[in-house]
Amino acid sequence: MVEADSAHTLPLLETRRLECVRDDRLLFSDLSFTLAEGEILQIEGANGSGKTSLLRILCGLRLADAGQVLWRGEEVSAVREDYYTNMIYIGHLPCIKGDLTTLENIRALLDTRSQSAPLDEIEQALALVGLAGFDDVTSKALSSGQRRRILLAFLLLAKARLWILDEPLTALDVEGVALVETMLLEHRLAGGSAIFTTHHGMQLPCAMSTVTLGRAGKQSC
Amino acid sequence: MLKAFSHLLARDLRLAFRSRHELANPLIFFVLVVSLFPLAVAPSAELLQVMAPGVIWVSALLSVLLSLDRLFKQDYEDGSLDQLMLSPNPLVILVLAKVCAHWLLTGLPLVLVAPLLGMFLYVPDEAIGVLMLSLLLGTPVLSLVGAIGVSLTVAVNRGGVLLSLIVLPLYIPVLIFGANAVDVASDGLSVRGQLLFLGAVLALALSLAPLATAVALRITASR
Repeated sequence: MVEADSAHTLPLLETRRLECVRDDRLLFSDLSFTLAEGEILQIEGANGSGKTSLLRILCGLRLADAGQVLWRGEEVSAVREDYYTNMIYIGHLPCIKGDLTTLENIRALLDTRSQSAPLDEIEQALALVGLAGFDDVTSKALSSGQRRRILLAFLLLAKARLWILDEPLTALDVEGVALVETMLLEHRLAGGSAIFTTHHGMQLPCAMSTVTLGRAGKQSC
Repeated sequence: MLKAFSHLLARDLRLAFRSRHELANPLIFFVLVVSLFPLAVAPSAELLQVMAPGVIWVSALLSVLLSLDRLFKQDYEDGSLDQLMLSPNPLVILVLAKVCAHWLLTGLPLVLVAPLLGMFLYVPDEAIGVLMLSLLLGTPVLSLVGAIGVSLTVAVNRGGVLLSLIVLPLYIPVLIFGANAVDVASDGLSVRGQLLFLGAVLALALSLAPLATAVALRITASR
């Protein structure tokens, strides 16, 4: 009982004094923030301020030059399997294979997470992201916006607690942007958390925190 | 874990069969190089028979070397490699699946076509079996060791020369013992030693190379 309580008070993700150096240039240092369950956090900063590097450090692809990333109070590298089961990272590369169909791409992405979804659930997700009827089209025939939408469907199907999204609005049209906003809100209502970067205006109601690189600390608006 | 292995293997095989021209490249290269030798040298049986093991083995080695790039390049460029590294499954298993797919698509066809090329070059019938066996043991080593090199150089633009420099020295023992096995078998002697050596190298590569590749991929990703 006591353990369960303490698990709830622990932040989902916490960074302690992170530092990132790239090509002998200090991008950020002493960066500490926490992310609670159901919290949405935007990383802000100019081009080249280290947003992508930060996200890659958060998901363990890149090693921080100093500091720690904690998942539910434990160092990420020590709880890798649990962390990677509950976290999903979508970078700005498409990770879509042009020679595979939409359905095969989604299946392949879910496979790498050791997940699977029944066909009707995948079709539902595809319909939701506006790709109904595209499931057996090879992805090289799709536009880049449509390929991003495949990733959105993957995001929905993976049902991860923590979303780490690098520029999720790239190549999306106005409707697509609204779709991502709705997805984030619904994810939050379901108790999920998200960290994202974007240069587009995101119209989320005021329940969002921001961390601005090049400036210390976290602000809540 | 086994599922993750088989799913990734199936995905890579499916992808390869969707772009068949690329699939045939290593095999065509192998056949072309070997069949050019009788034209360029002299079509005398004695000469070709002496050269055959070396020619076939060198061509197989170069053919695998040229196809190595395919192992991780595409996954690296489209970001799939990041997703593989964020998989809850051990990266070593996934690396093994990719190497396995690579061998099935390049090494295995070479093994299967080798008897035909052996006959072109007057390899005696009793040595044809050894030729296949030596390639069967040797080509997986080429894929496994090559994977280490590719994972180190995949982020480098035009890393082809660098890849050859890293990988070729490690290929040499396989080349020497593989070609020597066929040579010795042509003389009707026992090749147990050579084949045992190739088997040992394969066991070593199978157990260590995926670990090294996984670490190298993590280094590449943390660029």
